[in-house]
Amino acid sequence: MLEIKDLHARIGDREILKGFSLTINPGEVHAIMGPNGAGKSTLSSVLAGKEDYEVTGGSVTFLGKDLLAMDAAERACSGIFLAFQYPVEIPGVSNMTFLRTALNSVRKYRGLEELSTPDFLRLMKEKAAKLGMSQDMLRRGVNVGFSGGEKKRNDILQMSVLEPSFCILDETDSGLDIDALRIVSEGVNSLRSPERSMLVITHYQRLLDYIVPDVIHVMHQGKIVRTGGKELALELESTGYAAYGQDAA
Amino acid sequence: MAAVQETVERVRSVDVDQYKYGFTTDIESEKAPKGLNEDIIRFISAKKNEPEWMLEWRLDAYKRWLTMTEPTWARVNYPQVDFQDLYYYAAPKQKEGPKSIDDIDPEILKTYEKLGIPLRERDILLGIQSKDEEQAKAVEENIDAVGYTGTKVAVDAVFDSVSVATTFKEELGKAGVIFCSISEAMREHPDLVRQYLGSVVPVTDNFYATLNSAVFSDGSFVYIPKGVRCPMELSTYFRINEKNTGQFERTLIIADEGSYVSYLEGCTAPQRDENQLHAAVVELVAMKDAEIKYSTVQNWYPGDAEGKGGIYNFVTKRGDCRGENSKISWTQVETGSAVTWKYPSCILRGDNSRGEFYSIAISNGYQQVDSGTKMIHLGKNTTSRIISKGIAAGRSDNTYRGQVSAHKKAAGARNFTCCDSLLIGNKCGAHTVPYIESKNASAVFEHEATTSKISDDQLFYCMQRGLSEEEAVALIVNGFVRDVLQQLPMEFAVEAQKLISVSLEGSVG
Amino acid sequence: MSADLHPIRTAAEQALSSAIDATLAAAPASGPIADLRRAAAKTFTENGLPTRRVEEWHYTDLRALMREALPIAGAPDAAAVAEAGKGVVAFPEAVRIVFVNGTLVESLSDLASLPAGLTVTSLEAALASGDPLLERIGSLSPKSYDGALALNTAFLRAGLLIKVAAGATVEKPLHVAHVFTGAAAATYARNVIVVEDGAKATLIESFAGVEGVAYQANDAMEMVVGAGATLEHVRLQEEGAKALHLGTLMLDLGKEATFNSFTLTAGAATSRVSLYGKLTGEGAHLGIRGANLLKARQHGDMTLVIEHIEPGCDSRELIKSVLADEARGVFQGKIVVRPEAQKTDGRMMSQALLLGDNAEMDNKPELEIFADDVQCGHGATAGAMDENLMFYMMARGIAKAEAEALLIQAFVGEAVEFVTNEAVRETLIARMEAWLKARAA
Repeated sequence: MLEIKDLHARIGDREILKGFSLTINPGEVHAIMGPNGAGKSTLSSVLAGKEDYEVTGGSVTFLGKDLLAMDAAERACSGIFLAFQYPVEIPGVSNMTFLRTALNSVRKYRGLEELSTPDFLRLMKEKAAKLGMSQDMLRRGVNVGFSGGEKKRNDILQMSVLEPSFCILDETDSGLDIDALRIVSEGVNSLRSPERSMLVITHYQRLLDYIVPDVIHVMHQGKIVRTGGKELALELESTGYAAYGQDAA
Repeated sequence: MAAVQETVERVRSVDVDQYKYGFTTDIESEKAPKGLNEDIIRFISAKKNEPEWMLEWRLDAYKRWLTMTEPTWARVNYPQVDFQDLYYYAAPKQKEGPKSIDDIDPEILKTYEKLGIPLRERDILLGIQSKDEEQAKAVEENIDAVGYTGTKVAVDAVFDSVSVATTFKEELGKAGVIFCSISEAMREHPDLVRQYLGSVVPVTDNFYATLNSAVFSDGSFVYIPKGVRCPMELSTYFRINEKNTGQFERTLIIADEGSYVSYLEGCTAPQRDENQLHAAVVELVAMKDAEIKYSTVQNWYPGDAEGKGGIYNFVTKRGDCRGENSKISWTQVETGSAVTWKYPSCILRGDNSRGEFYSIAISNGYQQVDSGTKMIHLGKNTTSRIISKGIAAGRSDNTYRGQVSAHKKAAGARNFTCCDSLLIGNKCGAHTVPYIESKNASAVFEHEATTSKISDDQLFYCMQRGLSEEEAVALIVNGFVRDVLQQLPMEFAVEAQKLISVSLEGSVG
Repeated sequence: MSADLHPIRTAAEQALSSAIDATLAAAPASGPIADLRRAAAKTFTENGLPTRRVEEWHYTDLRALMREALPIAGAPDAAAVAEAGKGVVAFPEAVRIVFVNGTLVESLSDLASLPAGLTVTSLEAALASGDPLLERIGSLSPKSYDGALALNTAFLRAGLLIKVAAGATVEKPLHVAHVFTGAAAATYARNVIVVEDGAKATLIESFAGVEGVAYQANDAMEMVVGAGATLEHVRLQEEGAKALHLGTLMLDLGKEATFNSFTLTAGAATSRVSLYGKLTGEGAHLGIRGANLLKARQHGDMTLVIEHIEPGCDSRELIKSVLADEARGVFQGKIVVRPEAQKTDGRMMSQALLLGDNAEMDNKPELEIFADDVQCGHGATAGAMDENLMFYMMARGIAKAEAEALLIQAFVGEAVEFVTNEAVRETLIARMEAWLKARAA
């Protein structure tokens, strides 16, 4: 599904990704762990198409297409979804308007008809209920006045509505208490399917108790330095990232 | 002299004397004849043994000045200044220039001691310890500054038109730092002066700057060589003593590549019935990676409770961030002067350069303040920050006037401005006049301003805990200006804080 | 002001002075309006068109921008009326009065079917009958010289006197439309609206005209809102892209009265709206909001002078500017608080979104405060579109142009939401959407 080969990227004069390679097959859930500054968030931004980063080498192929040639919107339409570490607030644009515009863009790209207003409302009601989100939250501006947990839940709602084929969860656990973490994880797990792959980026092992990955990679200084199974997370939990120049966190 | 003494006595007798620097010094002085013409300029230039080019420069400025008119756009009102009724040069009489501190008239030394500025280096060193204790106490009481230690401060003392002493010159010389009066610099370092003088504030910049260019008599000169961090704070202390004398000082500070200097400036004058003119020009040049921090505590005589007398403070201060990554920071505490017209500014020419302006302006009685800054963004990714706190009491008017502009090429420029005003009493006025001009889409400008009064709840809370109303006001005002006070070097901050309380005396009740 | 006196220099100024003399010669020799016109003619001859040296016109140098003095537009013929009628924006429910090229056109207007409590008299009829509302003209002029207003007064010839009777609530908005068609000419309109004590009304002014013709439209209006009365005001400026648009609004807001205004500026090559507002009664509420949607080389200036004279009033100003291409937006706003106006609560904000690399925004928000027990503040921001918001939307599949449009709508929406009449608000939003579509195309 996704094939990253020898990816190099920088921001300003600073090279952050230094030959990153990774292949993810349909239905697989991969986790990337690593110390602060390893380049984890850069990877998610580069995959989603943030313009601040300059790709200086390597390739990314997504469902047979050159991902790097597309802008952020095209990537989203073709099935890449990034759950943000810090979702922004957009005052004045209601969640409903936002999601409806996004969904119709995605549907159009996939050759589907736009959803009628009643159908859209029905869909929203159903999806929001699953995540315990009120109608009031949907009417408010995107993430405006939402708590940290509510913002993450809103991201998962968007994920469930847009039905992407590849989800990147960037430090989704940051700022979540245990209850919020459970709700968000359940939301994510319910979206796991043989056609959908995921890349879970996290500093802590905790999240991986809830979203259990098939493969775990350790990232350090802009590339993958180790790959293993679930047990790797537990090992890191006890030893920390000391081996990578950082104390256990 | 008798008349002057009488004046002081009379002012004292009406019991409005809150201005503790209002004494005069009885010394003989040498003055140029009253009035202004080419001969006076030749006289000043000759007194200073200036090179020929300097005289030409002055005469050229004078000719241009004759064609100019006083600016009227500021929100200040004062009777027209009679420029022919002023002395343009006054200097303490002595045979030659002082060779050592012991040659200085003891009366002048006493004056500076009274002002809290010892000029004898041994006194300074002795003073540090006792001052330390005093300040440690003050720090504890007032400001939560960390890590203050007794520091040496080099002083250039300017008395009326001339510099009378510059301390610690030798020690500074070892580091390659030049710190001397500008008259001396003209003789000893003519190339530097010629290269930079008028390069930030052009001769014809404005009416007062042009006048200054023609008649300036003294001031300080600083040059920090490449890569040098100036080993101590530098300061100039200005004192106007003579009657009917204009003070026109000129300061030029050049921080060469990668250097750093912190410079302090203090001003006082005796209480006099008539208004006196102070029209200074300060030019700062910061080269690549250099930083200049310029702090002022301006406490010229503000006039009496009826608005009589006081200094007209018409000052042009400008810094040029000429090189990449350079930084110029202005901090001012303005409590004195009858009329203030002053806009310390930054030209952000070098890419990534930064300008800062932190200001506290307090007006009481009949004072009029029109002050602010200009941040001119020319280079890429230049940043600026403006924090202005105006406090108006009595029958005063206090105006913040500022300009922030981004040139078409100033991509990524950023400014943050915050102007807050506080009114004490309902006979005063507080005004905010910002000009915010963005010609580049990627420039981000944010400006906010508020005007409010001291809340009754805060006042009540303080008074209920035993503070008098005046103490409570001073406390709250100190909180209001805190962001700016923190920018001052420690000893100045303590001094400024006391000054704020004094300036507000009589503002309530 | 004598220091700013300058002799008349430009050809346009000379031509304007001559034209004023000519129309004055044809006007009645005496009477209050005639005196007013003469006085305005005199100040115009003395001061001319304002330049950037006049502080209130610092960013709009009218002398440089108004190079030509155009003849005053004549009465439109039937074809022009038919053509113009198509150009009037429809506001649902509104009663409409239409001016074409500065002349009131009864055939396009609903003068015969006005709702109860609303009286509308043409200036012509008022002059003939000596209507008492005529006294309002010139009664609210600012102390400082305003060149646009002086011209409007000197050329005073057509307009409306509108009265909302005490206690009346007029539900239907009154829509006064100004349309320009035909060859380049100048129009002058002068209106008065008096909302008597306890009355309520909505007034919409719209301005539109032919594209590609450099006509000049100059309007002015005195607005008096009585004790406890409410005036909702909307101004929709969609002049032709080459036009010069000058508007002057003067307001007197009485005790516990409410004035709520929204201005959408999208047309004209150069436009300037000045609003001089005085809060002369205790506890009055003033709300002024506006949106500038400017592109190409358009220049839009909004200048407000709000004077709090009596205590306990509040004022809110919010101006949103969207500047594409090489457009230039100007906002000058001054809040003055007089010594008696204790407990004043004033908030002013100007926000600009610079879309074009060569766009420019000039902000000058001023506070002039003489009372101590007040809460006043102003803010101004200028910057490009927030890249993080754009990325967030694009990461959800929304194309760049659409994401930008949505964010612009949200940005401007914060000002338009203060328009209380829903139908009017919807019409304004539709006009904004049309602007966004036209820009994208």
